[in-house]
Amino acid sequence: MAQSDLDAKGRPVVVVTGTGVMTSLGQGRDDNWRDLCAGKSGIRRITRFSVAGLKTTFAGTMDYLNVPEPSAPAMSQRAAELVIEEAITEAKIGSKGNFPGPLFLALPPVEMEWPQRVALAAASGKNQDITYDDLLRAATTADFSPYYRRFLFGSVAEHLADTFGTKGSPIAISTACASGATAIQQGVEAIRRGETEVALCAGTDASVNAESLIRFSLLSALSTRNDDPSKAARPFAKDRDGFVMSEGAGALVLESLAHARARGATILGVVEGCGEKSDGFHRTRSSPDGKPIIGCMIRALADASATPDSVGYVNAHGTGTPENDKMEWLGISTVFGDRAPSIPVSSNKSMIGHTLTAAGAIEAIFSILAMRHGRLPPTINYETPDPAVPVDCVPNVARDVQVTRTISNSFGFGGQNVCLVVGVPG
Amino acid sequence: MNPQSTPRDTLITGIGLISCLGEGADAHWAALNNPGGFRPVLEAEKFAPYQVHPMTALELDKQIPKRGDQRTMEPWQRIGTYAAGLALDAAGVKGNAELLDRTDMIVAAGGGERDYAVDAQILSALPAAADPGATLNEMLMGGLRPTLFLAQLSNLLAGNISVVHGVVGASRTYMGEEAAGVDAVRIACAQIAAGQSDLFLVGGSYNCERPDVLLHYEMGRLNWKRPFAGVWGRQAQGGGLLLGSVGCFLVIESRAHATARGATPLARIAGIASDRCNRAPGAATANATRQYDDVKSAIRPGEAAAISAASGAPAPTAEEAAFLAGLNMPVRGIASAIGHSLEPAFPAALALAALSVAKGTLFAPLEAAEAAMPGPLKQALVTGWGHWRGEGMALVTEA
Repeated sequence: MAQSDLDAKGRPVVVVTGTGVMTSLGQGRDDNWRDLCAGKSGIRRITRFSVAGLKTTFAGTMDYLNVPEPSAPAMSQRAAELVIEEAITEAKIGSKGNFPGPLFLALPPVEMEWPQRVALAAASGKNQDITYDDLLRAATTADFSPYYRRFLFGSVAEHLADTFGTKGSPIAISTACASGATAIQQGVEAIRRGETEVALCAGTDASVNAESLIRFSLLSALSTRNDDPSKAARPFAKDRDGFVMSEGAGALVLESLAHARARGATILGVVEGCGEKSDGFHRTRSSPDGKPIIGCMIRALADASATPDSVGYVNAHGTGTPENDKMEWLGISTVFGDRAPSIPVSSNKSMIGHTLTAAGAIEAIFSILAMRHGRLPPTINYETPDPAVPVDCVPNVARDVQVTRTISNSFGFGGQNVCLVVGVPG
Repeated sequence: MNPQSTPRDTLITGIGLISCLGEGADAHWAALNNPGGFRPVLEAEKFAPYQVHPMTALELDKQIPKRGDQRTMEPWQRIGTYAAGLALDAAGVKGNAELLDRTDMIVAAGGGERDYAVDAQILSALPAAADPGATLNEMLMGGLRPTLFLAQLSNLLAGNISVVHGVVGASRTYMGEEAAGVDAVRIACAQIAAGQSDLFLVGGSYNCERPDVLLHYEMGRLNWKRPFAGVWGRQAQGGGLLLGSVGCFLVIESRAHATARGATPLARIAGIASDRCNRAPGAATANATRQYDDVKSAIRPGEAAAISAASGAPAPTAEEAAFLAGLNMPVRGIASAIGHSLEPAFPAALALAALSVAKGTLFAPLEAAEAAMPGPLKQALVTGWGHWRGEGMALVTEA
């Protein structure tokens, strides 16, 4: 291994050689990038299920995704297949059904859903006073084993491991809204410790269904701007009122630089550093002093042997909830000091909504594309600045800037904070 | 496998184990060595015709002092948070802010309990509803406790451990039944060995005393419904799962770190591996054979036993039994004693292996198929085959 194949800490440099994306804007990296830079919104009224009586009636759904017997795991699996296929094709690595490394997959928690419960209830023969005892009795009256397999927590990752021939036990990750970034972090760590030369890291989330939406709604986390869904996600704006639940998937092929170079692969970006710091303050709220968020960004920069001065762009977590954006600004302003107001900090979620467990993977890819194209995607719907969050959010229109180092933030319920530092090939 | 000790060796310095056999390592050791022979602890009434190994009664205040925290959690989180506290106590890490700030965590988790009453009301209302979609929305909006979501999310066991015990290094949650438990320990050990971490809290929890998990395995036709039989003995009658509520966490750290802070190690994880296959006949055996070949030179014949987390599910358990029989060492199937617990099953087998190695003796046979081991025990080979997917193995040796 040549000296330059190692980073300043003597570890293998980890590069990205393939990416795949799908969101509510559509399928495919290039189309998504075009729409994102055009400031287009993928948020629309929900048609998948009844929205009668709901406080929020819109989302960023992937309505074009056709899956037989749809459920969150089935649709998340299909979305993952499509983005992984795109990433592997771009990376030109392995052969069909034979990916030469492990799979790190971020996906939503799995559980049986209402259509299945209703089917079991119907099989019980009862139409009133139905309890779980009835469902249990019904469970063997017909072959419900497809439900059993579909709703195992390991089923999505196992199916993907079968389809793509990834190596070893697949790792299915849940770190809430930081999951996609955690998947990348796990791939980086595995390559750095020499366990593998290549890793497939993906995040997928297609869990917009009535109960999931209601769960977030009951926590008052969602925007309720039902009159104009495309204008609902307003990260950093004073009139932001919550996030928009969305679907999406992103996949990255990670490799050691030495491996990528040896096979002549095109290097799209470098994952220079990962930082993580959990927050024990509260289950859903950040520590008021912002220390975990600050610590996570500082750790990521230290891991990358980089200084804040070298960062040209922050791809924000930027959910558009009053709390998140305020805390993220506290983190950014602390880490970057006087420079903070002049660093571009944009939120893809203004256009694609919050893709939850997929967000970290999708947004890391957009961070790489921003550096490759020299163009920062905007934060749309920014009409009313928030004096408490004086951020340069690249308001409403994409900006052409050459950037060589980007921070991508991901924060989640349960005190999960992950920050990635991505750079351009050296 | 390096028989020489090194600073990056992975040592178990704390065990937090709760199950039907009681609370803590000592209670488990006593129950497993009952002079009158092993007697299973079963709950046969509450979920009849299903039997489960129920969680022992816990004084929650001992590990989750704030009532508000207890109320926010559902049982699976209380079990896990309690076991995590026991492990931190045992390792001497509890309450040490400096250590907890850099204690990394990997939790193997499923998800939380549902509101069974709300589900039943909805299922009962839907058949007659004019607009089922609207009825579902209305009843969920009105019936669900807003914070129930936080008791269901997979990563909120880790989140609760951060809040209650202040473990705030890295925090990762792996999903995927038994394999998640194996990989949680495997990756923690790999990170320690590579110098990516010094100190880990790793484990999981499972509450089987809930109708939705019994329903899940009933749809897979995997529940054992006959009178109690051990995990191996069940196989002659078709096999099956007898679920158990289990919380198990381990504190694992580098030898250098343990030595520097004067911690007493119980045992060393000298090797650990995981893999997967599609479970074609013989495929899991092939994986296990490869894993065994990697550690075999370190195994001392006559001084080792196998501690298996076999589930009882027919095909993999029969295959694993045949594989273990070929190793010529005494075997213990821990599911006979504490039930099968999915995510924490492998960590619990590791815990009992570490305990046995620390005591220098194997616990008594749990059923007729298991042989006594009168001589001293120096090593334990731990196997963890998922009931559906995933094969794991670890070698536990003296520290």
